[in-house]
Formats: sequence, structure tokens, C-alpha cells
Amino acid sequence: MRAYISIFRMRLIAGMQYRAAAWAGVATQFFWGFMYIMIYEAFYRTGAEREFQWHQLISYIWLQQAFLSIIVLWFQDNDLQNSIANGHVAYELCRPYDLYSFWYARLMGLRLSRAALRCLPILLIAALLPAQYRMSPPAGFAAGGLFVFSLVWSLLLVIAISMFIYILTFITLSPASARLIVGVAADFLQGAIIPVPLMPHGLQTALNFLPFRYVSDLPFRLYSGSITGHDALLQVAMQIIWAVGLFILGHIAMDRVLRRAVIQGG
Amino acid sequence: MIYFKYIKMIIRSMLQYRLSLWLNLVSQFFVSFFSFLGVYLLFERFGSIDGWSFAEVALCFGIAQTAFASTECYARGFDRFSGLIVSGDFDRVLLRPRGSVLQVLGSAFELSRIGRLVESFVVLGIAISLLDTSWTAAKIITLVMMILSGMSIFTGVFILGATICFWTVEGLEFINIFTDGGREIASYPLTIYNKHLMRFFTFIIPFGCFNYLPLMYLTGRASGSEALYMLSPTLGFLFLIPCLWVWRVGVRHYLSTGN
Repeated sequence: MRAYISIFRMRLIAGMQYRAAAWAGVATQFFWGFMYIMIYEAFYRTGAEREFQWHQLISYIWLQQAFLSIIVLWFQDNDLQNSIANGHVAYELCRPYDLYSFWYARLMGLRLSRAALRCLPILLIAALLPAQYRMSPPAGFAAGGLFVFSLVWSLLLVIAISMFIYILTFITLSPASARLIVGVAADFLQGAIIPVPLMPHGLQTALNFLPFRYVSDLPFRLYSGSITGHDALLQVAMQIIWAVGLFILGHIAMDRVLRRAVIQGG
Repeated sequence: MIYFKYIKMIIRSMLQYRLSLWLNLVSQFFVSFFSFLGVYLLFERFGSIDGWSFAEVALCFGIAQTAFASTECYARGFDRFSGLIVSGDFDRVLLRPRGSVLQVLGSAFELSRIGRLVESFVVLGIAISLLDTSWTAAKIITLVMMILSGMSIFTGVFILGATICFWTVEGLEFINIFTDGGREIASYPLTIYNKHLMRFFTFIIPFGCFNYLPLMYLTGRASGSEALYMLSPTLGFLFLIPCLWVWRVGVRHYLSTGN
């Protein structure tokens, strides 16, 4: 266990060094958030929207920008993928630890360090904006608590999904194509292109059967009280089942793939 | 011309990895497809946006995406220019008896963006078939000019982004506000945004030239002199002049990082 904790800490500390980049990132993310809000503002001006209220949309967008590095699937460790393609992974295989868990911990450190540097400034600014664009506090104590709890599981779930990209890279040997197969639709399916509650109802129901919307849509809506009560608990349970299930499945798949992995390069 | 020789070489080397190229093409197509699907679903929900119908926004979206995707194809060298500076390879560019702009343009060609381009043409086709405007010759010329104008503005933005690297060495993440962000912004008629943002993207970075001004003419909203709206895309070409001038200042300022 200690090895896994140390790789997590190493990545966390390494990631924390890029502070200047983080500030540039904050400015960029802030702009993107603002742009989306302006587009939705024009839509909300035009048509009446009863189900998903304006303040819920605002927090959805700011939370999305603040925790971008936790929730997006396209943010991956390029070094790891390249190590599979160029054969350096052989060194990792010599070491006496479980590769799946080790990489899992490493990805966790990577995502957490990035989010830690970026989320607070974005949330702070978003909380100080003029009323129309201001992010409101969570819908209540229960909603806030459930949001934090669910966000932790989001991190675990997104990494469990990401691990399939690395597993696939062992088979395709092309990092880009592995990323494509797992990730091309993910942005849409998790509500990063348009929020899930603004989609047609049939589609929303269908998305409940896929893991993606539990990564970002669920915690952000718990926060603003768009999902509450019995439904909230049920969906968080689904999120945990997906995270644990994909972790176990990924573990098995990784073992299978490693048994017949061919090391590239010389 | 030497530029086409550069491009031919790059394309040939890409064709060596056919499967990877196909996968990239397909993925670019779908990335763009899902963002259009998002726009469609929002119109399903809300009906229209500030008086613009789905077909009109789709036209705007198609034009912006077509212009951006083609710019990304040929101006990729400027987009990832910091690589040339960091590795010191820009020294070699300066030693050769050709212009630096030509050589940087020739240093990269992003074939995979054709996937995005195909998707943009599909969107344009959908928009044109949905709109009940009669497509006169003047309107078709305006449409083509809008795309060309958009291409030259995006090229200018890429050049400006690259020029900053002469001072900062590393590329700056916030440039993406004006490139990818610019594409997103120009995908809707600028009139839906806040006044200040609209002014910035009309008078400083002239997205308005290929966006709402000629769009008003195409959709029959132009009041007064139609010719002015029709001609507005040509102003977009002028944007390249200050950009190229800044580039030259940058090149003169350049200090090599190589060894």
C-alpha cells in the first residue's frame, strides 16, 4: 500500500509546481465559463425553462470549469501512454507491485494536484460576480455534503474509466486511437457539451445506464438541488457501483492484457 | 512553388500511418459532430435564440467551423510554433533564403482536420437546405467570402499567438481563448452576447466581419445599404496586415534558445 501512496504523493507534489501555468489555466477556464453562460443567457431569454433553473445552470457551469481536471476524460497522462507504445513500460513491469493500482494512484495524484491549484480561485471569483452570474451556495447542508461525497467518487470513477484507455493502448499500441475509442463521445455523454438536464427526456433516461454522467452531471446537480431526496441517494449508489465495478473489471482486463503484452522497442 | 513541396512531403509521411490517420479523421469528425448535436438539442428545447432560428445559427456555425478547420489544416505551424522556438529550430528557418512566414506555414499540415471540415460542410448543407432564402449569385459569393474572411482572421490570430512565443518561449494557454474560444464564439451570431464582448470581437478582432454583419444580409435582416453588409467580409483580410507586422517585430526581437 505504501508504494501506491508514495506515487500518489509524488505526482501530487510534482503537479503542484506548475503554479504559473495554473494561473493561466484559471484565466482560460474563467473565460470559457463566461462564454457558455452568455450563450445560455440568450437561450433562457428566449424560451421559458422550468425544469432546470438559471441559478442551477450557473453553478453547473462554474463547477464544471473549477473541477475540469477531475471530470474530463481527455485529460490523461501522456507519458504513461507513450511508455506503452515505446516499450519503457518494461521497467514498470519488473517492479514488485500491482501495475493497475500503481497507475491508478498516479493518475489520481495528477488530477488532484491540477484541480487543487485551479478550483479555489475559480470558485472564489464565481462567488463574487454580479448576481446574474454569481454561483450560489449549495442547496442545503445535505446537498453540500452529498456533493463533496459524490465528487470524491467522481474522481475514483473517472480514473477507473480512464484506465481502460491504457489497457486498450496495450492492444492498439496507438495512444491516440485508444483515447478515441473510449473518449470521443464521453464529453457529450457526461454533459460537458450541454448539461444533461437540458437534453430531451428519452436521452436523459438512456444516459442513466452509462457510467459517464455519474462523473460530472450527478455531483453538480446534487450541489444545486436539481437531484434530491430518494433519487439522489439512489444515483450516488449507482455511481459507487460503477466506480467499484469498473475498478474490478479494469483490474481483470489489465491482468489479461499483460499476460500477452508484447514489449515494443529495444 | 516550394510551399507545395513542403506540404506534399508532410502528407506523404502522414500517409505512411494510414490507420492512425483514419482514426484521427474519424475522431475529429465526431468531436465536431457532438458539438453541433449540442446546438441542435438546445434549439429543440428553447426554439430559437434571440430571434435567430436554428437554420440561421447552423449557417453561422457551419461558416465558423469551416473557416477554423481549414485554418487549422494549413496554419498548424503557427499553432504549435513554441516547439520550433524551444528546440532552437527557428534558427534554421532564419538561415534559409526564404521568408519566415512561408517556412513556418510549411512546417506543418494537419490532415486530420479534414474530418472536422467534412462535418462542417454537412452542417452548411443542412443549413442551406433549411433556410428559405433564394440563393442568388451575390449571396453565394458573400458566403464564400465569409469563409475566406474567417480563414484570414483565424490565421491572424494564430500568427499573433505564435508571435508571443518570441517573448515567452512557451506557448501560453490563454491564446486558446482566441483560437478555440473564438471558434465557439463565432459559431453563434455575435448579437446574442454582451455588448462589450460583441464590440471587442468586431473592432479589435474582427469576427463580426464574417459573422453577424454579412449574416444579416444573407438572412434578409440588412437595413439600408445591402452592399455594405455584403462587402464587410473583405475587411477581415485587412486584419492580416497588422498581424504580419507584429510578426516581423517579433522575428527581429528573437533570441535563440538553441545550442
